[in-house]
Amino acid sequence: MSPVLRAFLIISALLLLAPLLFPSVYYYRIGVLVLINTLSVTGMVVLLGYVGLVSLGHAGFFAIGAYATAVLPAYGIPPILTILVGAIGAALVAAFIGKPILRLKGHYLAIATLGFGMLVWMVLSKEAWLTGGPDGMVVESIDVKAPFELLGIKIKTAIAWYWICAVAVVIGIVLATNLANSPAGRAMRAVHESDVAAASLGIDVARTKLTAFIISAVYASVAGSLLALFNRYVTPDTADFLHSIEIMTMTVLGGASSVYGALIGALILTSLPQMLTVFAEYENMMFGAIMILTMVLMRQGLAPAIAQLFSRGRK
Amino acid sequence: MTSLTLENIGISFGGLRALDGVSFTANSGEVTSIIGPNGAGKTTLFNIITGIYQPDIGKVLIDGTDVTGEAPHDLARRGMARTFQNLQIFEQMSALDNVMAGRHLHERRNVLADMFGLPSSRKCNRESAIAAQAALKRVGLGGVANRPAGDLSYGQLKRLEIARALTTEASLILFDEPAAGCNAVESREIDDLISSIASDGAAVILIEHDMRMVMRISSHIIVLDHGRKIAEGTPETVRKSPQVVEAYLGVHGAKEAGAALA
Ligand SMILES: Nc1ncnc2c1ncn2[C@@H]1O[C@H](COP(=O)(O)OP(=O)(O)O)[C@@H](O)[C@H]1O
Ligand SMILES: [Mg+2]
Repeated sequence: MSPVLRAFLIISALLLLAPLLFPSVYYYRIGVLVLINTLSVTGMVVLLGYVGLVSLGHAGFFAIGAYATAVLPAYGIPPILTILVGAIGAALVAAFIGKPILRLKGHYLAIATLGFGMLVWMVLSKEAWLTGGPDGMVVESIDVKAPFELLGIKIKTAIAWYWICAVAVVIGIVLATNLANSPAGRAMRAVHESDVAAASLGIDVARTKLTAFIISAVYASVAGSLLALFNRYVTPDTADFLHSIEIMTMTVLGGASSVYGALIGALILTSLPQMLTVFAEYENMMFGAIMILTMVLMRQGLAPAIAQLFSRGRK
Repeated sequence: MTSLTLENIGISFGGLRALDGVSFTANSGEVTSIIGPNGAGKTTLFNIITGIYQPDIGKVLIDGTDVTGEAPHDLARRGMARTFQNLQIFEQMSALDNVMAGRHLHERRNVLADMFGLPSSRKCNRESAIAAQAALKRVGLGGVANRPAGDLSYGQLKRLEIARALTTEASLILFDEPAAGCNAVESREIDDLISSIASDGAAVILIEHDMRMVMRISSHIIVLDHGRKIAEGTPETVRKSPQVVEAYLGVHGAKEAGAALA
């Protein structure tokens, strides 16, 4: 079975079966948040896992999507279309800032991306005429039940959102898996492991990094748009540094080398704070602790560790 | 027909003059070997030819075109490929994927087609896999195509790098000590492989310590010592050159002295 078909089947099955474990509609809401984070983290898997770059400012791209969806309907763009416009905007911004900063290595790059996230946060907080400032703004709502009612299915809003986000995640994961096993993805993985060897084969290292950066920005932006539509409210916190850290921690915990890691990381770190109030209170500390523990105990993250367990069981 | 010409190449690292006034030409269909003691500047010369270092002075010409200071990936586009003395393997990738990466310049590059898995992208992938499989077979690694590269032995990795360079179909290929650390049988196989690559029409530049191998397959030998070219010519003339005998006798003499003292 090809890796793409396998990813499609496994992720689809998991998302189809998950609602069997939901005791109430409230859990669909958590499910939606998990899925939206999965989308951001899938983008980060492309950036960190495929091409090996760190970004501490991805919440900035997330916020670009969220605010595109919040702001643009007032200018006559239908809410659904704002997802696309936001994605294109995020791609352009990523291309523009990526060119100079992706030349930086290691922690210099991390700090530059951090700066980008802070910049977005600042603009969103200060330009109140457009963004509502620190208080945020209301997002025009869309009727997510419509497509289901068209098929004659009666459904609650949160449940409709769950299925819409599930489809988005399956598409996102299929695209990322296709990429991994394609010429462009192979070039990214080659750059990750040895940029000298990659360049000797004609791979344009700077361009390959930029491509991955843009792709990951688009994932974050689409996730941001979905969250804006789902919450019907956005605040500058979408661009907050801690949100960037959250995306990064989920990626690292799940394991940046595979898309399965994206789902696992997002699932654990999104649902824990919702279910355990203790975790919620000390959320930032917990994220820090998890990041440290992952780095010390299992560099590769959870997904490869679980896969190893399975293959050992088979033997 | 490809030729590589170096004109008066010089480079310093801090105070160390690593290369000084090195000139030569390498032609297609021939193996041009660069020999000399450790630290003579051979790898540095490769790094200048392939664009990793910029020379302080001098020029690199491909078929008469000045390509000095071009980026490594642009030089690859001009038909250059290389292997590395200190292996540069994509260890987390399979052996096949390592070699498929060498097909980069032959692939249609469209990241959206790749993400959506369009037929054009799949076809491209299949063609790369076929070419890579053939290159693996040629170096005797057909059987380990799907193994992670990190699991292969040192000798296999040396050959994996050769396959990766081969699959680019470059017209100018540089091998940096391809047989180092390999046993006699493996060395002999690499030896034959490199001869056949040159007779297929590529210009081959070889750095190698194994003198028997160098003498057997080279059309042309350049001898470096402390960054300078001290001799050049056919295996026959180089073998008899007094400077070469002296430089090498110097090394061997020192070694023998060391052994006697220990
Ligand atoms: N990047 C570098 N920085 C400083 N010194 C270097 C660098 N690369 C090579 N050298 C020095 O240049 C000399 C030639 O090295 P090298 O080309 O690797 O020799 P060879 O391949 O002939 O054994 C050595 O003295 C080495 O230490
Ligand atoms: Mg060397």
